[in-house]
Amino acid sequence: MSTNRPLSPHLSIHKKVLTATFSIFHRFTGIFLSLGSALVSLWVLLIALGPSYYNLFELISSYLVFKIFLFIWTVGVFYHLFNGIRYLFWSFGKGMDLNTVYLSGYLVIILSISSSIVIWVLI
Amino acid sequence: MVQFTLPKNSVVKQGIDHRTDYKIEKSKKIIIYRWNPENDENPRLDTYEIDQNKCGPMVLDALMKIKNEIDSTITFRRSCREGVCGSCAMNIDGINTLACLKPIEEIKSDIKIYPLPHMPVVKDLVPDLSQAYSQLESIKPWLERSNNAANKDLNKLEEEKQSPKEREKLDGQWECVLCFCCTTSCPSYWWNSDEYLGPAVLLQAARWVNDSRDSERKKRLQDINDSMKLYRCHSIMNCTRSCPKGLNPAKAIADLKKAIVTEL
Repeated sequence: MSTNRPLSPHLSIHKKVLTATFSIFHRFTGIFLSLGSALVSLWVLLIALGPSYYNLFELISSYLVFKIFLFIWTVGVFYHLFNGIRYLFWSFGKGMDLNTVYLSGYLVIILSISSSIVIWVLI
Repeated sequence: MVQFTLPKNSVVKQGIDHRTDYKIEKSKKIIIYRWNPENDENPRLDTYEIDQNKCGPMVLDALMKIKNEIDSTITFRRSCREGVCGSCAMNIDGINTLACLKPIEEIKSDIKIYPLPHMPVVKDLVPDLSQAYSQLESIKPWLERSNNAANKDLNKLEEEKQSPKEREKLDGQWECVLCFCCTTSCPSYWWNSDEYLGPAVLLQAARWVNDSRDSERKKRLQDINDSMKLYRCHSIMNCTRSCPKGLNPAKAIADLKKAIVTEL
């Protein structure tokens, strides 16, 4: 008899439930934001180096690809912020029943997208 | 350790199709994970078909019908068939739940049944829960009463009474049937099951921490105050999402963390 027991399947078969999706996106946006912050420091650096260097940044930022990246990054900032606030409530044990968890999750999505749009309209 | 893919011996292969040509009135296709320890083959997915008009309402009824009428070799745990014993925990339609509490009608597509995720398989739908049980043992799931000088009044012969208000604190915790649906739905437990206790065991830890008759509240909190045992919980909330008894392990864990911050 074989004692080499197989491991039952996990990620591949478990339903992609929203609870876990919200959580993993908090991590993804966290990583994404740290990449973006490198870009922010590059931007500051280019300002410090003077006009000729800053023109280079102007050139890069005029590309549509850059604007799309920046918009996604803005959504990431707001998602991480609002979801972070959601986690703060959880740290106090508040709003942890399943209905509130789902409601606050949807609220985070609506808030982060609408805030991003507001910011982009204002600038 | 985080390993997203399955080991070589665990990769699931296409299995046997047990369907026949008999005409079935209200057909339901059921796909079940199979693994036999007596040969060296990989796990496989077998396909069965039942007539819902001739079957009880729950997924467990369907499993028993298959075992009785189609394939007697199929192996699964079951006992009470009413959600009290916690034996028939398995992954049905992607969600860990008790087969006896899951109505077939709720699943619109074919029913896919796997054992509880990321566990060693003993046979077919029977996972090896020995590690989870030893983790449960590690939190001392029984009443602790120290008899030292500081707790002299504990030596009195009178019974220790619990007020209804104190008893209320255990609601939502004592009801757990230890089916480990929550623990095996937790990605954090998948990657760190060797050290992280998992939601089911931590819910039990909370049950004894919150018992007014227990004299070791502080010691219990100290014991679980560990970066691996407790703090691998990242409030993913999959545990609460999957609990077939509607309990909230994530909230219990959050309250434990809060108690550690405020009381230790």
